[in-house]
Amino acid sequence: MKKISVQRSEKNIVKITLPLKRSDLCKLKAGEEVLLTGIVYTARDAAHQRMIKKLPLNIKGQALYHTGPAPAKPGEVIGSCGPTTSTRMDQYTLGLLKKGLKAVIGKGKLGDQTREAFKKYQAVYFLAPGGCGALLADKVKSMVLVAYKDLGCEAIYKLEIEDFPVIVGIDPKGRSVYR
Amino acid sequence: MKKIPVKVITDKIKSAYITSCMIADKELMTLLNKAIKTETNKRARNVLKLILENCRIAGIKKRPICQDTGMAVVFAEIGQQVAIAGGDLEDAINKGIGLACREGYLRASIVEPLSRKNTKNNIPAVIYTKIVPGNTLKLTVIPKGFGSENMGQVKMLRPGAGTEGIIEFVTEAVKNAGANPCPPMIIGVGIGGTLDKAALLAKEALFGIGKSSKDGKLIRNLEQGLLRAVNKLNIGPAGLGGKNTALKVTAKVYPTHIAGLPVAVNIGCWCHRAKTVII
Repeated sequence: MKKISVQRSEKNIVKITLPLKRSDLCKLKAGEEVLLTGIVYTARDAAHQRMIKKLPLNIKGQALYHTGPAPAKPGEVIGSCGPTTSTRMDQYTLGLLKKGLKAVIGKGKLGDQTREAFKKYQAVYFLAPGGCGALLADKVKSMVLVAYKDLGCEAIYKLEIEDFPVIVGIDPKGRSVYR
Repeated sequence: MKKIPVKVITDKIKSAYITSCMIADKELMTLLNKAIKTETNKRARNVLKLILENCRIAGIKKRPICQDTGMAVVFAEIGQQVAIAGGDLEDAINKGIGLACREGYLRASIVEPLSRKNTKNNIPAVIYTKIVPGNTLKLTVIPKGFGSENMGQVKMLRPGAGTEGIIEFVTEAVKNAGANPCPPMIIGVGIGGTLDKAALLAKEALFGIGKSSKDGKLIRNLEQGLLRAVNKLNIGPAGLGGKNTALKVTAKVYPTHIAGLPVAVNIGCWCHRAKTVII
């Protein structure tokens, strides 16, 4: 995969690669529009309930995407795959940040304690456009099952994404886009 | 008597469910286009542009607009002169939803509430039946997403709370929902009846089910007042701030008891989906 690092596109949108580099992380500011390229792991409610007991993968430095994709049609990589409400994962996110998770992609407001944790553990919360799963499916280049097959759409998948549009929701200084 | 075979019902439900998940209807597109013109927050406007682009891609590629293809809610208004032939109405509806899930590549999102075991085919649907005059069967199929459904509330207000109390309660519920239900929202408000009736009225208001109430002018005024109030909250598209917190507010009323004023609010995300078929 291409190494892009921080780069400004013609529309002045920052491009960032995942897993996040430390040098990129400190440049991100709440409210900034960003295009993400690289690896993310999907997880939502049921996967979090299991993950918090025993991690099925090394999440150190990695990015989690709160989504439960629709099934892929024949010939497609993935079905619609927009973000689900991250507020529900709040309590689990705290624990995962402690274990080294560096980025969360989702939607919705997080609690103050979690927002503070993004600062404490130097991580970032990206907001993906809610309800835009058809558009976001075009930004996913590959999808591989990682864990919890029995959970169906709630299983953990490894996704390779390219120019995936997000906004920085909480930056590593703990600043939030929501007032 | 007009006979309607269950097979026809299953087929209609299946195609209506798939279509509603993939094609944004004209009224929604009009509301979104209007929002993009009035929105002054640049980041919020960019989100609205992505939303419009998403609807376009969903239509072309026959992908669900949103991966949350909902819990199916079906309103069946059954004409008194209709006989349903060859089986059970609820089974026919559920069969249609199950087939839509498989053949339309929709997400299976339904679980048993306590064991959380997935039913694998997105059934059962939540089905409401009503007997009405006539010889037609009117089916409204709704994929109701839960990002927004989770944000609904019911409250038993005191009779003296009046319009002011209703506006305060609804505005507070929307404020509490914030960015979670994928704003700009579409809001249904149910007023009157009992606890359960108010909740059902809110859903009917949200999806334009049944006849409008007698207090026409009072309701229109209340709806406009509510829309103004929630749009002052500055939640905006995706919760990024802006003028467009809600695209539309619809209210429905029913007489209630002298001692009470039940009010329910049912929130819908911008991705407002429903399809009606008449057999």
